[in-house]
Amino acid sequence: MAGASTPGPGAAARRSPWSLNNPRVRAVVTQVVLVAAVALGIWYLAANTAANLEARKIASGFAFLDREASFEIGESPFVSYSAADTYRKAFVVGLLNTFRVALIGIILATLIGTLIGLARLSHNWLIAKIASGYIETIRNIPLLVQLFFWYAIISENLPGPREALNPLPSVYLSNRGIVFPVFASHPVHLWMGVALLAGIVLAWLLARWASARQARTGQIFPIFSTGAALILGLPLAAFLLAGAPTALDRPALAGFNFAGGGVLTPEFAALLAGLTLYTAAFIAEIVRAGIIAVDRGQFEAAAALGLRPRRAMRLVILPQALRVIVPPMTSQYLNLTKNSSLAVAIGYPDLVSIANTAMNQTGQAIEGIAVIMAVYLTISLSISAFMNWYNARIALKGARR
Amino acid sequence: MKLRFAITACALAFASGGLYAQSTLDAVKAKGYVQCGVNTGLAGFSQPDSRGEWKGLDVDTCRAVAAAVFGDAKKVRYTPLTTQQRFTALQSGEVDVLARNTTWTITRDTSLGLNFAGVSFYDGQGFMVPKKLGVKSAKQLNGATICVQPGTTTELNLADYFRANRMSFKPVVIDKLEEVNNAYFSGRCDVLTTDVSGLVSVRGSRAPNPDDHVILPEVISKEPLGPVVRHGDDRWFDIVKWSLNAMIEAEELGLTSKNIDQESSSTNPAIQRFVGAIGDIGKMMAIDNRWAYNIIKQVGNYGESFEANLKPLGFERGVNELWTKGGILYAPPLR
Repeated sequence: MAGASTPGPGAAARRSPWSLNNPRVRAVVTQVVLVAAVALGIWYLAANTAANLEARKIASGFAFLDREASFEIGESPFVSYSAADTYRKAFVVGLLNTFRVALIGIILATLIGTLIGLARLSHNWLIAKIASGYIETIRNIPLLVQLFFWYAIISENLPGPREALNPLPSVYLSNRGIVFPVFASHPVHLWMGVALLAGIVLAWLLARWASARQARTGQIFPIFSTGAALILGLPLAAFLLAGAPTALDRPALAGFNFAGGGVLTPEFAALLAGLTLYTAAFIAEIVRAGIIAVDRGQFEAAAALGLRPRRAMRLVILPQALRVIVPPMTSQYLNLTKNSSLAVAIGYPDLVSIANTAMNQTGQAIEGIAVIMAVYLTISLSISAFMNWYNARIALKGARR
Repeated sequence: MKLRFAITACALAFASGGLYAQSTLDAVKAKGYVQCGVNTGLAGFSQPDSRGEWKGLDVDTCRAVAAAVFGDAKKVRYTPLTTQQRFTALQSGEVDVLARNTTWTITRDTSLGLNFAGVSFYDGQGFMVPKKLGVKSAKQLNGATICVQPGTTTELNLADYFRANRMSFKPVVIDKLEEVNNAYFSGRCDVLTTDVSGLVSVRGSRAPNPDDHVILPEVISKEPLGPVVRHGDDRWFDIVKWSLNAMIEAEELGLTSKNIDQESSSTNPAIQRFVGAIGDIGKMMAIDNRWAYNIIKQVGNYGESFEANLKPLGFERGVNELWTKGGILYAPPLR
């Protein structure tokens, strides 16, 4: 800081506003130095990695994404994939498979977890003890062990496809998974989807109108039942208008395996069961904690105001319980999503499994790891952002802590 | 294995240039043993026996390298690796040599930064099915569910073969050999596919009743298996390459672990060179001149290793016979 022409740098610095003794200057300097050190570190690692890759003649870069993958993937329910497709598409298939198990897992785990959480609070001794037993058993066994357990149950105990169990007409249970009939593809399915979206939008508009009217006039509109009727009724109407096409695509044994119908593979089923039941045990405890956290007086106060029990629950108890529940619940959703990468162990083709294969076939481990990290970071931050938004919505207004 | 990839990434990021400047031979000599990457357990190639000692054809390659470097075949430590871990373990320097029934391909030789030090077993990919399915040919496998390990040439050949024959299949892809075999034997898959040697080994060592399973006649690929080292260290590459060649050459010369001591006094100059009595082949590689003698004395020649490890499982020599006896094993001259 002190130039060559400045005499007595020590004395000058003490008076200068740029002195290091000035706390604001010190704060800025520290941060600049810190950022520079981190940047230098990152630059060093990147340059060193590039040099080492070069020294060993290991290929680098993302050009491999456009090359033909040349390997098959076990299940790809949303997009059609074959070995002739690119690595990029293989990654997309893996990503969709991760989404599929994570999304269904989150929904099921929330439902089961909530039920078990409520059961543990039950006044019925047996129900409460069964719920505690479930929670203590499941959450104390490592998830990987549970996955192997479910996979072994399905693949070792069920018969082969030719001796498949047939519990319901056209539903077969074998070590190839559960196959079941689905509605044969029909144009009305698209319209039913459109009707469902329209129903959701209408229900939302109706809810806004209803709450505005209630604020103005105090009249209560039965929004829950009307909304449900809209959301379910519109697709049903579309279905009936098209003449209710009920043609089924039934699975049938053809050669080695079942052809047609829908299928739930053992890998997917085992992974979903493992993730759902494991996470549900944690969610149950979170729900229980949330409900206990609401003071008993709140029930009584709501009743004293003349609210019926259901409205008291919805308007008074639940908003307060949710404030306790939502933040730890976010962690559980993130955990479930990240735990889905254990799929590798039982052969479900999730993102990590596909990326591992790609890394091994191309030798480009750094790029593969970068893709995995970027994807999980994006998923996690998205879930986190959504839950934070939801948390802010239900938080006590004006009481930020 | 995610961790293993992460370790490689870190190793590549943090390692200074110096690590690679040091030769593998010096590093191996300094630590006093050869770190060898092997299969997690494939009978006949690399598997620990009841006393916990590793046995097999690939293990013998590791022992041969140790005998050449240290004059002691016991100075080996083994790292069991899955198919997905093997290359990263070698690239990151976790193992010095990879002898893990690994197929030599141009991609691995070039873009993975590896060098294949020869072929210790000529193999090809095959299919195994339960006998009760009544399948006679791989061409009848349309629609089958097939168990396969990921990140292998097998996985790619499988897709190629079905594409070429316009058939479809459902892969069940599991990393651990143990788990993928379980999936096949439990009936999760109709077919298990890997190198024929692997199928013979698995059928002989894991099947509840080996006669219940048949290996289909089609061999759909060339799978030359051999030891692998890193790019960029030619001296170490030479040592591994010639350790393997010495075992093959010894069989051709008729040298075995039993007779090498008395044959050492033979007047045959080829044998004299081999045991290091004349010439300085060992010195050219910066190791003991009696390196080849030590390999044969302690490990045995290729034929002895095959007899001990693979014969009991029902393997035939086939193409893995010396070129002089109708096979394709051919070691360049040791001179």
